[in-house]
Amino acid sequence: MSITLRVEGVAAGYGARSVFRDLSLELRGGETLVVSGQNGSGKSTFLRLLAGLQRPDSGRIAYESGGISYDPREATGLIGWVAPDLMLYRELTARENLRFFADVRRLRMADAAIDALLERVGLGGRGDDRLSAYSSGMAQRLRYAYALLHRPPVLLLDEPTVTLDERGAAVVDALISEQRRYGIVVVATNDPRELRYGDIVLRLGE
Amino acid sequence: MEHELPRSQGATTPHETSIRDILAAAWAVFVKDLRTELRTRYAINAMVLFAACTAVMVSVGTTFIGLRRTEEFLLIQSSLLWIAFLFAAITGLSRGFVQEEEARTMAALRLAAPPIAVYLGKFLLNLVLLALLGAISSVLFIVLVRVQVGSPLAFMLMLASGSLCLASATTILAAIISKAGFKSALFAVLAFPLLVPPLIVAIQGTAVTLDNGGLGVALGALQFLGAYSVATFVASLMLFRFVWEE
Repeated sequence: MSITLRVEGVAAGYGARSVFRDLSLELRGGETLVVSGQNGSGKSTFLRLLAGLQRPDSGRIAYESGGISYDPREATGLIGWVAPDLMLYRELTARENLRFFADVRRLRMADAAIDALLERVGLGGRGDDRLSAYSSGMAQRLRYAYALLHRPPVLLLDEPTVTLDERGAAVVDALISEQRRYGIVVVATNDPRELRYGDIVLRLGE
Repeated sequence: MEHELPRSQGATTPHETSIRDILAAAWAVFVKDLRTELRTRYAINAMVLFAACTAVMVSVGTTFIGLRRTEEFLLIQSSLLWIAFLFAAITGLSRGFVQEEEARTMAALRLAAPPIAVYLGKFLLNLVLLALLGAISSVLFIVLVRVQVGSPLAFMLMLASGSLCLASATTILAAIISKAGFKSALFAVLAFPLLVPPLIVAIQGTAVTLDNGGLGVALGALQFLGAYSVATFVASLMLFRFVWEE
């Protein structure tokens, strides 16, 4: 079973201001798209459209998997999203957060699997700390654990290494390398060093 | 180039989500919200404080009024009880969704949970908070305002039915107002027309239960409140997906 993302003639804006329009592309499993552009060029908006968190003003976005086409809002099980504006529950510990999201997704995950995921993103031994005690870099690592919980074939990463130290950035490198072996990765960034992730580079606002 | 996907660990589309999955996810939302509430105690503190203040004020303010236990007197006591109950409830019931919006956790929840599970989880939490508030308000009014309950079973059923009405009507409103400005004012404005009809019935029905009227006398009011709760609950279930995804 493979995954394909189709974007056909998509336009988005806020009120009267158009952010981008007539955007079309197709991505298949194993491909990575990097979306770059200046602040306000619509990178985050594009990723929110792909995640189904926002509707396009016009055009169509669809994921195809197993011969079935899904609107992004129906495809939440296919998508992992990491973004600076993705917030998890500050009153809960990291382990409680992941357990909660595993439960609502009806994943049958043992505690050991959650611990392994925390270890993978570099939060081993900090799973019982509440998020209110986390630094911004640790919170970013936990966003990756949240996004990878259900092993999604599509990973949408908005500013993937923001607030991360070198070791955190190395973790992201490894995750992207692994994900691109089988799935789709879309990275939105204005960091020139992150252009290297892309098989395809889409420059918005030019 | 075709790449094989690893087997996903969870349901990948809503089409694969069964009723059992939705109920389990709703329970997870409820447990998460209850745990968060017990750690912050925002809604519980606000509701209990409001109920206690009202009961004390009514108690002190009516100490020197020597009213006889007439039908009007029971209606006044019942009205005061429901006013205290309603205002205390309104201070806390919108928290479930408003807190998700203010803490910006809505997107994470939207991507992970089926919409109906979110609604059911929040509804259940509101019901539990109202049950707690109903018990506290009743005890405070019985002790401080010297409310005498003629038919305890009918009185409890009336409170439970009224709570069900409040929860089913206000949970969807909380979702609607969570993205708006002036949340508290908007919540009160939208709740008013929805809650007035059942509250009038609940006040009259409760007055009957304070007298020696048994379950039989209060049955009409209980039936109305039950039907109203079912109607608003079903309508909310049908509308929630549109509210949640916009």
